[in-house]
Amino acid sequence: MVLKFHKKEMLLKHFYIFGKKAYMNNILVTKEVTKHFGKHIALNNVSLEIPRNSIYGLLGPNGAGKTTLIRIINQITYPDSGKVYFDGKELMPEHIAQIGYLPEERGLYKSMKVGEQALYLAQLKGLSKTEAKKRLKYWFDRFEIGEWWNKKIQELSKGMAQKIQFIVTILHKPKLLIFDEPFSGFDPINANIIKEEIINLKEKGTSIIFSTHRMESVEELCEHIALIHQSEKILDGRLSDIKKEYKNNIYNVGMHTEKGEALLEELSQKFHIISSENNQSEQQLKFEIQLPETDSGEILAYLATKGNLNNFVETIPSANEIFIRTVQSKSINE
Amino acid sequence: MNKLSLIIKREYLAKVRNKSFVVMTFLSPILMVGMVVLITYLAKVNDNEKQIIALLNESDYFSNEFLTTEGTSFIHYHNITLEEAKDSTMHMGYSGLLYIPNEVDLEKVTARSFFYSKDSPSTNLVDRLELVFQERLRQRRLQDLGVSAKQYANMEAAFEMNIASFNGKENVKGVNEIKAFIGGAFGYLIMMFIIIYGGFVMRSVIEEKTSRIIEVIISSVKPFQLMLGKIIGTSLAGITQFVIWVISGGILMLVAFSVLNIELSALSNGAELVSSIHPDVVTPDQSLQLYAQEILDIPWLLLIGFFLVYFVLGYLIYSSIYAAIGAAVDNETDTQQFIFPIIMPLMLAIYVGFFSVFSNPHGPIAVGFSLFPLTSPIVMLMRLPGGVGDGGVPWWQLMTSIFLLMLTFIGIVWVAAKIYRVGILMYGKKPTYKELYKWLKY
Repeated sequence: MVLKFHKKEMLLKHFYIFGKKAYMNNILVTKEVTKHFGKHIALNNVSLEIPRNSIYGLLGPNGAGKTTLIRIINQITYPDSGKVYFDGKELMPEHIAQIGYLPEERGLYKSMKVGEQALYLAQLKGLSKTEAKKRLKYWFDRFEIGEWWNKKIQELSKGMAQKIQFIVTILHKPKLLIFDEPFSGFDPINANIIKEEIINLKEKGTSIIFSTHRMESVEELCEHIALIHQSEKILDGRLSDIKKEYKNNIYNVGMHTEKGEALLEELSQKFHIISSENNQSEQQLKFEIQLPETDSGEILAYLATKGNLNNFVETIPSANEIFIRTVQSKSINE
Repeated sequence: MNKLSLIIKREYLAKVRNKSFVVMTFLSPILMVGMVVLITYLAKVNDNEKQIIALLNESDYFSNEFLTTEGTSFIHYHNITLEEAKDSTMHMGYSGLLYIPNEVDLEKVTARSFFYSKDSPSTNLVDRLELVFQERLRQRRLQDLGVSAKQYANMEAAFEMNIASFNGKENVKGVNEIKAFIGGAFGYLIMMFIIIYGGFVMRSVIEEKTSRIIEVIISSVKPFQLMLGKIIGTSLAGITQFVIWVISGGILMLVAFSVLNIELSALSNGAELVSSIHPDVVTPDQSLQLYAQEILDIPWLLLIGFFLVYFVLGYLIYSSIYAAIGAAVDNETDTQQFIFPIIMPLMLAIYVGFFSVFSNPHGPIAVGFSLFPLTSPIVMLMRLPGGVGDGGVPWWQLMTSIFLLMLTFIGIVWVAAKIYRVGILMYGKKPTYKELYKWLKY
């Protein structure tokens, strides 16, 4: 998603540097953020715009720089150069209270009681004790885990501890939530509960950054994605736009026809048939075909005259495919 | 509530509620007092064993010099040979046989006297016997020079150097040692506190790393706040423990000694030996008042004031190093390599203190080590009971020492905080010193 600036706005001061639209619509903007660790570059000129009230997927292979970027947003580390804007203002220490962070490397004090610990972490985020208690009660009831209050973390299973961890992350009702591999450590049932809670939070107006390399959850949740690879952003935008860009007009066709062989022969002279399967006895023909940009309607009409069409579907690349394709092409280019 | 105080509170409670901490708090004084009582008791039992020494005296030079005392009694043999005496001593199970042959000359008598025993005799006993011979020899030689036994008895003189500072304040001999000892106790306290509670800080940092809670916390507070809160919380827990130790230990000690009826003087019975032989030597009682006066003269307020200064600065320096070590490693076994360099200056301070400052509180070694920031909290405190300014530690030294300590404090805490900040997010292999240096630049 590239923003088009009006020239007049470009001339305006610092505050409007991203244009009014960016300020209004984005909860978080990073501008050419660079971070070195010694000689190693962890982030190289990464600029992102994370829209309000959506789930933003931050993708990339291990060691790409995702965690470093997230740590910069959380002000755990600081960029060597570049700026981060939160809610239209330059990122400041007091913004910590408006960000919730569930790190990938996460845990709780093992020998501390659940309730006490949750209260402590909530108070560190700036909640008052009474307010924290009230909200914790709500969440403990909602997850039906009220009886854990006086247990120690070491007495709970890993999945149980993860639930507590999730609650303390969102308890202070942050404007921006950052989840780094949130589903690791959950069984499928609990993962689903958490997924629903995340969607719920989004619907209530929270903006969410979702960092993962598990693509199936990306498809389900994210409206926007950015792909970080070898310290650089190599792709970002609305997931549906990216898919459109990455689709290559390959159609999956299934039809009932007597003259399957002849039809395939005829089509392959004009188009590229990627794969085909012709079942003579059942008179079933299945094939994958690469079509030119705009011709699908014509072909569809033509095929309809040749037999009974069962399906004619454009294969849209999965996020996973896009991920792998982009990363690979990037690696080959270098 | 302020975040720092929240952290301090949590660290304090986590420490104080820890089972092993509670057990240590209440068990240690009992164990310590038990040890002291046991040692005292054993020493007493050891001394109480009556030693019987057989004496075969063929010489006229000795008659009634060997007196039966509390711990030793002498059985005199007469008119038997040495071999018979040996056999008899062995049979009777006496501790030993002292043989004094008959010779014309006292010098020869003493030269040929022997002490026979089954086991090697205690040094205490041998000292005693030697003293008798020495005394006899001295008397004899003086007699040869024309001094009568009576004259000799009157000649014994007790003398102690009168010591005073230039401003005329009188001192008692040995008071330097007493003062250094009091200072040493303070210095030792600091060292123990650093080693015990610095270790606690380190372990608590490692725990946060291994439980992976660290990143959750530092997304809410600054790493430096966490480190500081941890150090303060742990030291408050340490102070609580120390206070409980001192109070309960003191009470227990009092109870134990009154119940077991052990006098503290039983611990030091060396003096009895001398006074039993020279009854006219001045007893310590006479100078006791002076000692008491000296101890009262120690500038306690100043000492305690500076103790607090050195304690706080020294402890903060060392415990922030401990915190940095905890952050740099993943588990406790990896810490050894890093801990040794911290314990070194502490040990050095204690040894230098005890060996050098005791004998010469204002010598170059004492001055040097009391200025060097890593040892000054201990060594300077050993010097301070002598006072500050006139006759004591010069003000410039004290001020320089504190100034250097503060500079070091700032420098070390800065370095430690940097290592801490990077280290807490690093997992995997143990870093080398070179890598730690690199972290400073992240």
